[in-house]
Amino acid sequence: MLKELLVILIASSLVNNVVLSQFLGLCPFLGVSKKTETATGMGVAVIFVITLASAVAGAIYQFILQPFHIEYLQTIVFILVIAALVQFVEMFLKKFIPGLYQSLGVYLPLITTNCAVLGVALTNVQKNYGIMTGVVNGFATAVGFTISIVILAGIREKMKYNDIPESFRGMPIVLVTAGLMAIAFCGFSGLL
Amino acid sequence: MSQIDEKEVKRENPVAERLINGIVKENPTFVLMLGMCPTLAVTTSAINGLGMGLTTMVVLALSNVFISLLRNIIPDKVRIPAFIVIIASFVTMVELLLQGFLPFLYDALGIYIPLIVVNCIILGRAEAYAYKNPVIPSLFDGIGMGLGFSVALTCIGAVRELLGAGEIFGIHVMPDSFVPVSIFIMAPGAFFVLATLTAIQNKVKIIGERKGKDMSKIQSGCNSDCMNCADTGCAKRLIDNKNETAGEEEKNNA
Repeated sequence: MLKELLVILIASSLVNNVVLSQFLGLCPFLGVSKKTETATGMGVAVIFVITLASAVAGAIYQFILQPFHIEYLQTIVFILVIAALVQFVEMFLKKFIPGLYQSLGVYLPLITTNCAVLGVALTNVQKNYGIMTGVVNGFATAVGFTISIVILAGIREKMKYNDIPESFRGMPIVLVTAGLMAIAFCGFSGLL
Repeated sequence: MSQIDEKEVKRENPVAERLINGIVKENPTFVLMLGMCPTLAVTTSAINGLGMGLTTMVVLALSNVFISLLRNIIPDKVRIPAFIVIIASFVTMVELLLQGFLPFLYDALGIYIPLIVVNCIILGRAEAYAYKNPVIPSLFDGIGMGLGFSVALTCIGAVRELLGAGEIFGIHVMPDSFVPVSIFIMAPGAFFVLATLTAIQNKVKIIGERKGKDMSKIQSGCNSDCMNCADTGCAKRLIDNKNETAGEEEKNNA
């Protein structure tokens, strides 16, 4: 059991990296990676939300959708649950843990439409993961996202001082960087 | 987006204008850079790109029509959740239809079919067009945008398939001496193709600006940081009404 979880942990965070090999959550990956600080903040917020969302989505699937045989409604239910969850987390943090809210608050609304969150919830169902395994998978996926966004932000900070051809300035050079990172991450496929 | 201009053209022939707008002037991939996740993920071959494009088009057209029909009923405050429910319902329908009638496409696209729900193009068009316009133009706006998306995905898919496997639509076209660069059908290749695409876009923009044309519509990805996207995803990029956005932010802060 523990071994199985460890395999999922490595597979979802490094081998099948959510951004670099599955292309989920590209918008924040490209948009919030200008500074390492904000990238880390975004990463932590994503870990928090995805872990929570996969637990809630897994529970809803197992205890509501499956008993009533309405599994085909999963897309609608999951997207609404995620949207509501993010709102709720935002309100909860604002009220009870203002310190954490100040550091994560700005990122929370951005996560609602992040396809990685819905993607993880759907993958968990597709692969028949239970709630526990689903949470581990969600956590690992989010850690993978954080690793790649922080690395990209680090590279982009250094890249500011480089002389880049005019038409490659801005997004194109970031995408080339992401492509090179994706090649590097391909190397992890030997891990399993 | 100058509203007056658009209205004048619309009077001439709304249907053709909407279609051309979607395919050329505001092409969701090549000009607006929306919906990048599916664009990169499913374009490993031309046929997959075409399938994804057409699937998105169907959802986009149906949700545009439905949202346009309900535009006077949906209260302004809960419009985003309402849009999401409508879009998710159509996505579920399309997913079940694909599973039943086109199983090969269903298997090839996999998890990216349900993820059409979070495609910025659909929410963006709902917010920017269908919620404010009558049914017929909204339908053709959806079809036009969907066709633009399909054309873009098919082109990207064809380039990746040609370089990565030497084939187009599964037909071998390259000479035998050509060694396929298989990295182009793998994940990194997607980033490189998109990088080239945005570089070309930048070039066009730079040349256009030198000639004094208005090139503000061309977006090279999320130029500003995501802080402006806020709770409607990338949808707000399509909206000119800044006051509305400001009002919402105030409400959120309160």
